[in-house]
Amino acid sequence: MGLDVKKIYNGSTKGSLLVAVILLVLPLVFSTNNYLLSTMIMIGFYTIVSTGLTLLMGYAGQISLGQAAFYGIGSYTSAYFTTHFGLSPWLAMIAGAVLAAMVAFVIGIPAFRLREHYLALATLGFGVIVFTFFKEWKEITGGLNGFFGIPPIRLFGITIQTDFQFYYLVWVFALAGILFARNIVRSRVGRALLSIHGSEVAANSLGVNITKYKLQMFMISAVYASIAGSLYAHYVTFINPQLFEMITSIYFLIMVVIGGNGSIWGGLVGATVYVCLGELLKEIVPLFIPNASGEFEIVFFGILLVMMLIYMPNGLSHSISKIVKRLLPDWRQKNESMLVSENENAGSVGGERL
Amino acid sequence: MDIWNQFVQLLFSGLTVGSIYALVALGFVITYSITGILNLSQGDFAMLGALICISFVNSGFPFIIAILLSIVLVMIIGGLFERSAIHPARYSSTATLIIITIGAAFVFRGIAIFVWGTQPYALRPFTGNDSLQIFGAVIQTQNIWAIGISLVSLAVLYFFFNKTYMGKAVTACVVNPFAARLMGIQPRKMSFGAIVISAGLGALAGIIIAPISGASYDMGVMIGLKAFIAAVIGGLTNAPAAIAGAFIIGILEAFTEGYFSSGYKDAISFGLLLLVLFFMPNGIFAKASGKRV
Amino acid sequence: MKENVLLQVHQLSKSFGGVHAIQRVSFHVHDREIVAVIGPNGAGKTTLFNVITGILRPTSGSIVFKGVSVVGKKPFQLAQLGMTRTFQNLQVFGNMTVIENVMVGLHTRLKTGIFSAGFRLPRVSKEEKQTLEQAFACLQQVGIEHLAFEKADILPYGMQRLVELARAAASNPSLILLDEPMAGLNPQESNKLVEVLLEMRSNGMTFLFVEHDMETVMSIADRIIVLDYGKKIAEGSPEKIAQHPDVIKAYLGEEEGI
Repeated sequence: MGLDVKKIYNGSTKGSLLVAVILLVLPLVFSTNNYLLSTMIMIGFYTIVSTGLTLLMGYAGQISLGQAAFYGIGSYTSAYFTTHFGLSPWLAMIAGAVLAAMVAFVIGIPAFRLREHYLALATLGFGVIVFTFFKEWKEITGGLNGFFGIPPIRLFGITIQTDFQFYYLVWVFALAGILFARNIVRSRVGRALLSIHGSEVAANSLGVNITKYKLQMFMISAVYASIAGSLYAHYVTFINPQLFEMITSIYFLIMVVIGGNGSIWGGLVGATVYVCLGELLKEIVPLFIPNASGEFEIVFFGILLVMMLIYMPNGLSHSISKIVKRLLPDWRQKNESMLVSENENAGSVGGERL
Repeated sequence: MDIWNQFVQLLFSGLTVGSIYALVALGFVITYSITGILNLSQGDFAMLGALICISFVNSGFPFIIAILLSIVLVMIIGGLFERSAIHPARYSSTATLIIITIGAAFVFRGIAIFVWGTQPYALRPFTGNDSLQIFGAVIQTQNIWAIGISLVSLAVLYFFFNKTYMGKAVTACVVNPFAARLMGIQPRKMSFGAIVISAGLGALAGIIIAPISGASYDMGVMIGLKAFIAAVIGGLTNAPAAIAGAFIIGILEAFTEGYFSSGYKDAISFGLLLLVLFFMPNGIFAKASGKRV
Repeated sequence: MKENVLLQVHQLSKSFGGVHAIQRVSFHVHDREIVAVIGPNGAGKTTLFNVITGILRPTSGSIVFKGVSVVGKKPFQLAQLGMTRTFQNLQVFGNMTVIENVMVGLHTRLKTGIFSAGFRLPRVSKEEKQTLEQAFACLQQVGIEHLAFEKADILPYGMQRLVELARAAASNPSLILLDEPMAGLNPQESNKLVEVLLEMRSNGMTFLFVEHDMETVMSIADRIIVLDYGKKIAEGSPEKIAQHPDVIKAYLGEEEGI
């Protein structure tokens, strides 16, 4: 038949490869700029969390206000198991991910039977409860004093300790996460999720088990956050509950909104913009308001959030991907089947756009 | 008698805080019923009310005037918020609107930091520092004011919604916006009104509690969330149930703090939230209405 | 010609508080039949539909599909059993292309889950390709394959109906329920739809539909069921129904159709 399945997939393969290559080459070029490397590492962690959240928000259409809790579960599980049981960081990471998935399952099952926005409430509540336990469960987490002495990760016999090494670790994970997300989107699962957006009642009538998919996406987002948290723990070697407060969950939300929740690159774009804006604010604002503290960041991002939702609800990645596609036409589109009519819209319809 | 004293003390403490939650929760219910939006910046109206009132009082305004002006000012802020952030996005999804209110909450907090800084402020109690002895426990008069004013406000609003034409018009919008429009009632104006009234309620709550627990830029967060839980207990649309829920939460918190540990205070309330969401999503007091959640 | 009974509805009732939308309605649908449900406005046709398709739960009565009781089953479970539907107010997935709409129709026949999709196992790529081809074939059956890569919501109304039909038929269900399929169509579009329905039926499909357009009903239905005030008042061939005194009385004074 000669129909090319790529015709319905949105996104530019060339563009994606380019981004991946840039990311992987970056440290080689800037190997002495520790500031850049460490900033990019943070962006990497946030990208992982945000990509998971993008799958949940953009594709399953659910809001979670508790991703920081899963991030924290990953961190503390890794910290605890590697320190107190001498477990390999990789196993501890898997343990954290499994725990996060189970918790998401337990919360998600009842939550998804409720009204749409009830997941937001449930995750809000859950986030506060988990945070309280991080604070109070001193025997396990060290409470407000924090958790010290988290060992580093070893990979193929090398101990990952420098920023240079860690950069690659994080970004391999981040890119793998984006790839995984991309694969989900370009499959029966992705279409099922999109169909739920299009018309829940029709999707239902065609056999799509809406609750199951929402739950699965929630669990996946929890796993993403947990893995990022585990990596984070090994990077900073000291964690405390304040890192996993509600405000962090809100920042993850903001990243997804900025990045655009209709594209798998949304997490990356959002995390990058968020971190860069944050750094920029730290530089600029003290010039104008001499004794301003860190809270001006909150105002700024609050206003940004509202503005973006009103004026640019599809986020930045949507606009960026349009530009990329124009600059790098996909060579596959030239191999079209003769049965299918030439259609200018073919490259940009369906797929990831909401 | 000490146990008994402590019990009464905690009870009044709980009722006081519960009455604050009740006012804010009512604001939630009004906003949600009329607009379908969960306004997560509701608690910050309390914060603004408290801080603005303190500023007025410190600038020499007579006490009563300060209170009234503050409430009006916060209502104006609420109106501006509705026009600039809610109204332009009114066709967006519920999810988007909820996130917008989160953003607004941040803005309010940021403005508060900018104007008042991060330190806590105090408002003097309404009738001085006297206290009463009730059942052997020492109760501040401010607590009585708090509980009393809340109950009066709630009664006034009950009267408004159930006995006056305007109130019934608002209810009509909730039940059947289309029919309401045919009758000349405008749901869009209702959205504005709902938020303005909620803002006023929130401001009042903040002003009442300020003499007891102080005022600072982040006081709205937990107040809002707890009140929110109370509203959920009431199924988000049942005002009396939400008010009852608010008092339940207040008392539960007070007792947890008193008998158990203050660290877990928040967890208890949110645990209650999860319980209600999962087992009684239509609220504790809901009858089987046949309507699916 | 007595074929297998595909769908059996027995004493089906649905009340909303004091309102008895449908009362003790019984009928059955045989394999390869085209059965129509008609009745004046408010007769309960939509309610009946929504109860059969799992959107509403009946107050009492039974629904047996392919020998299995399906009361209380959710719509997605019914789809898995082989019952799909179209919608009166068009529930096309406007955010996807026509062919993707039909690919969703194939959902129950495919197997890829989250993990196989995420890791892009080889069978997933294969399944994607096969799904695309099958969906294209479905579009060809209905005659709109040239629109395969158009975004669904820019199509004219009549085309969108065909998309919905192709989508509902993609999984090769045993029974398709059509909710006022002719609503909003002009004469050419109606004829085209009728043509497609008849061809599908000759290929083995069974249809149960609700409709106001009497001309269509009379011309393609094998059997007609008439509802009035929630009760079944008549059942039979088009000729019989056209002359049935109760049916005529029920419709008397009502402005009908074309």
